[in-house]
Amino acid sequence: MTWRVLQDSIAEAGYVASDDLAMALHLSLALGRPLLLEGPAGVGKTEVAKVLAAARGARLIRLQCYEGLDAAQAIYEWNYQRQLLTIRAAAEDGVTGRAVEERIFSEEFLLERPLLAAIRQAASPVLLIDEIDRADEEFEAYLLEVLSDFQVTVPELGTLSAVTRPIVILTANGTRDLSDALRRRCLYTYLDYPTREAELAILNARCPGVEARLAGQIIGFVQDLRRETLEKVPGIAETLDFAAALTGLGIADLNSDPVLLHATLKTLLKTQGDQAAITPEVTARLAGKAA
Amino acid sequence: MSRVTRFAARDPGPAARIAGFMAHLRTNGLRLGVAETELALEALTHVEAAKPDHVKRALKAVCTGCQDEAERFDALFDAFWLDAGRVRTKAMPTRPQQPHRDVHSSRNVAGQLPDADGEGAPSAPEGSDAGEAESDGLGKLIASEVRNLARKDLRDLVGAEEIAEAEAVACRLGQALRQRRARRVAATRRGDRLHFRRTIRASLASGGEPLRLVKSRRPDRTLRIAALCDVSGSMSVYAKVFLAFLGGLMRSDPSADAYLFHTRLVRITEALRDKDTMRGIGRMSLMADGFGGGSKIGECLSQFADGYAKRFVNNRTAVLILSDGYDTGPPGVLGDALARLSRRGCRILWLNPLKGWRDYRPIAGGMAAAMPHLDLFAAASTLDDLAALEPELIRL
Repeated sequence: MTWRVLQDSIAEAGYVASDDLAMALHLSLALGRPLLLEGPAGVGKTEVAKVLAAARGARLIRLQCYEGLDAAQAIYEWNYQRQLLTIRAAAEDGVTGRAVEERIFSEEFLLERPLLAAIRQAASPVLLIDEIDRADEEFEAYLLEVLSDFQVTVPELGTLSAVTRPIVILTANGTRDLSDALRRRCLYTYLDYPTREAELAILNARCPGVEARLAGQIIGFVQDLRRETLEKVPGIAETLDFAAALTGLGIADLNSDPVLLHATLKTLLKTQGDQAAITPEVTARLAGKAA
Repeated sequence: MSRVTRFAARDPGPAARIAGFMAHLRTNGLRLGVAETELALEALTHVEAAKPDHVKRALKAVCTGCQDEAERFDALFDAFWLDAGRVRTKAMPTRPQQPHRDVHSSRNVAGQLPDADGEGAPSAPEGSDAGEAESDGLGKLIASEVRNLARKDLRDLVGAEEIAEAEAVACRLGQALRQRRARRVAATRRGDRLHFRRTIRASLASGGEPLRLVKSRRPDRTLRIAALCDVSGSMSVYAKVFLAFLGGLMRSDPSADAYLFHTRLVRITEALRDKDTMRGIGRMSLMADGFGGGSKIGECLSQFADGYAKRFVNNRTAVLILSDGYDTGPPGVLGDALARLSRRGCRILWLNPLKGWRDYRPIAGGMAAAMPHLDLFAAASTLDDLAALEPELIRL
C-alpha cells in the first residue's frame, strides 16, 4: 500500500490528510513506529487516530493523559478487592500459603489498562495516546519501555510481550516540552491550521449539505478571522460547528443577516476576550471580505 | 547566500549519501543518531525513492522531532539534495574543506564533536536571508567575513571559566527560586510519613487490618525560570555577565528557558543546552544576529507574551528580565505586554544594571510603564550582585 492509497482510504472515512501527514502515517504503519503529532488545538490530531482505526477496521484504544496519570491507570493494576475476597474465601476453605499467593497474582486478577490492553489484542489495534504533554515526565519514562519494546513488565508475573503490534499515535500541543528520548522513538509530523483549499475540502467532506457558495464564504471568513489577534484561534472543529450553525439557522449568505451572523460567532470564539475583540463591525468587515 | 549540494559524487551508494545527509542535518543542529540513519534507509524502501517530494516527506517524518525542525527541514533538504534549487552544469570540484571556525566548531578543539568533522561542514545560519547576498560561487556555506566583523561574537565576551563561575551562582539562585514545597500534604505512594486518614479508610476494606499503607508528603511546587536577556547596544557592557549567567542557569536547571532580545526575540534554550559550552555560545551568537543594536523591549516582550509564554509560562513560572529598560518603542506597549504576561499568573522579576547607580530612578518611559507589573525590581550588573539576590528570591 502506498501512501497515496492510504491518503485516499482515510479520505473515504472523511479525513482530508495533507501529503506530509499521509506519508508519516504510511511510514508509521510500514515501519511499526509510533507517530507523534503536534500542533495547535483543533487541527484534527485526535481525529487522525479515530479515522485510521475506522479505515482499517481496527479497534481504537484511547489513553487520555492528564497531570498525575500513573502506571496503575495507564498500564495495569491488580484487582485488590478481588484478591482480598479470594484470600478470605481461601482462608475459610483452609487453603493458605503459596497456593493462594500464586492464585491471586495470576492474570485473572490483573486489570488491563489501555497500554497493556493495546499490546494484548489479537488484531493489531490503533492506540491513541492523547495529549501526552499533559502527563508527567515519569509517565513518559514508562511509556518509553512500552513504545520501544512493546512489552510490559509485571514484577509478579514477568514480562508480557505484545501479541500484535499496535499502531501508536501520540498527540501533543505544547503544554510542556517532550523529552528527546520520546521524540526519537517516534516519527513526527507538525499539523498546522489548514490552508484555504484543504479546509474547504474538509468542510465538503464533513458537511456535504453546505452549498458551494456558502462553503467558500465560511472558509474565507474563518481564514481571515484566524489572522486577527485572538487568544484562542478557532480550529477546524470550530469551523465545522460554525458551518452547522449557519445551515441550521438557514443562512445562505454571510452578508444577509449581520446580527444573526455575529450571534453564531459563539461557535468560533471561545473566550470572553475574543468575543469582546471581534465586534459586530469586525464581523461585518470579515464577512464583506469573504463574500 | 549560496547553499550547495553537500554530497560528493564519489559516494559509493545511496546508503553513504543518506549518511552524508544525516551528517548535514546533524551539523545543522538536528539530534540524530545511527538509529535514525538506519530508520531513514528503511523508510526509503517503503516509498518511491526516485521522487524527490516523496523522499522529502518520508525523511521529514523520520528526521524531525519538533515544530522548529519540521519548519527548517525543507530548506535543509533542498540545500543538500537539490542544490538549493540551483541547477549546476558540472560537478563541483572536490576541495579540501576547512572546518569553518565561526560556525559550529568550537575554538577549543577538544570540545569538537566527533561527528561534526570538517567534511560535513554546516550551512548558513537560519534567518540570515536578510541582506548579505554573498555569491562568490565557491559554495561557501557560511556567513561572509564582512558580516562576521559586523557581528560581535559572543564567544569573545564569555569565556569557559566565567561560565563555570556563573553556573555556581545561577545554580544557587535557581535553587532559591525553584525549591519549594507545598504547604499541604498529599497522599502519595512514596512519602516520608503515613497518611493516617487514608490508611484507616483503606483498612476498612480489609476488615480493619491496615494492609495498604498510604504515605503522604508535601509535593514539590517547583518554579520554572524563563529568562529574557536584553542584548541591545545600551546593554553590551553587561552582556558578558548576563550571558554567562544564562549559560550557567541553563546548565544547572534542565527546565529553565532562555531568550535573547534586541529588536527581535530569539529562543536560545536549545543552544545553551549544548554540551559543549563554547559551541553553545557560538550557536547563540549566530541566532542573536543584530546583537548590540537597538532595542524594542515592548515589542519583544509582547511577542513573548503572545507566543512562547502560552507554551512555557504558567502560574509556576518566574519570568526573569535582564534589561536596562531603555526602549525605543512607545512605553504603553511594554506595559501592556507585561500586564498580559502577569495575567498568566507568573512572577515577573526585572534585574536592571542601572538600578545600582546612585540617584537612579526608573523614570525612563518603558521602565516606568513596567514598574506596576513587577514582583521584584532589583539591581544587577555583576555576578556578585546576582549572587546577593538569593535571599530576595527566597522570599518571593
